[in-house]
Amino acid sequence: MKAKVYVTLKPSVLDPQGKAIHHSAEQLGFQHITDIRQGKYFELALEDSVGETEAREAAERIAADVLANPVIEDFRVEITN
Amino acid sequence: MKFGVVVFPGSNCDHDAYHVISKHVGQPVDFIWHKETDLSGYDAVIIPGGFSYGDYLRAGALARFSPVMSAVKDFAAQGKFVFGICNGFQILCEAGLLPGALIRNAGLHFICKHVNIRIENQYTPFTNELKYGNILSIPIAHAEGNYTCDDATFEMLEENDQVVFRYCNESGETTPESNPNGARSNIAGICNQDRNVLGMMPHPERACEELLGSNDGRNIFRSLTNAIAAIEN
Repeated sequence: MKAKVYVTLKPSVLDPQGKAIHHSAEQLGFQHITDIRQGKYFELALEDSVGETEAREAAERIAADVLANPVIEDFRVEITN
Repeated sequence: MKFGVVVFPGSNCDHDAYHVISKHVGQPVDFIWHKETDLSGYDAVIIPGGFSYGDYLRAGALARFSPVMSAVKDFAAQGKFVFGICNGFQILCEAGLLPGALIRNAGLHFICKHVNIRIENQYTPFTNELKYGNILSIPIAHAEGNYTCDDATFEMLEENDQVVFRYCNESGETTPESNPNGARSNIAGICNQDRNVLGMMPHPERACEELLGSNDGRNIFRSLTNAIAAIEN
């Protein structure tokens, strides 16, 4: 069982790194990209005995308390086998 | 009176703070290893600058889970003084002792230079030697010093006079050009509602000797000493 956690900056928070990456993408010749936002991705490996509901609850708790800062970031959890 | 300087793995301004307290403030001071859980006997605790836990995840995010931080929270709840400088400010925000967050500088660069900051609230334990509008020359050294918060938090900060320092130019004007990192409303330092917890990005402990270009930082440490002495008396 794996929990995948995606952490992204809230839309209202400025992302200067994303802007710099966007600029580089334009330098590469990609002119039709309107925006790039940088985020973080975490993979949590869980023991086989853990059920999906339990895994989701654990991942959401860890994401809210550690992986993301709720002042500036949102997160999304996916559970996969 | 007794000061403590918390040391996390990766703190690197702990000795500067210790030096200033012992040499210029002239008060007893201890280093406090981050595994410590007892802060009894201390009147003020400094959370120093540096790169606690290598800035892994987010600046200050992992230091929040060090055992000493539970003690720091209790210490602050008792009304004792907690002073976070640079990484210390980031840690206090992550720990929820101060509102808002510090994100990557708007220009992406690590910035190390002297800046001017203006006193926005003279009625705090950290600024009682200063007056509204006084300008201090204090160095900054950070890549994540861009203070941000939502509108509701910002209004609360303004309403309660919790903004203590703002970046300004030599004339004391808080212009966009004098804002080194893109911080909301030029905010360089804030305090909590009770005024006993302060966080600031500039390093006053690096501005306590003429030889280093400025001794303006002494005003802040002297203010804190006054505040502790006032309680003792």
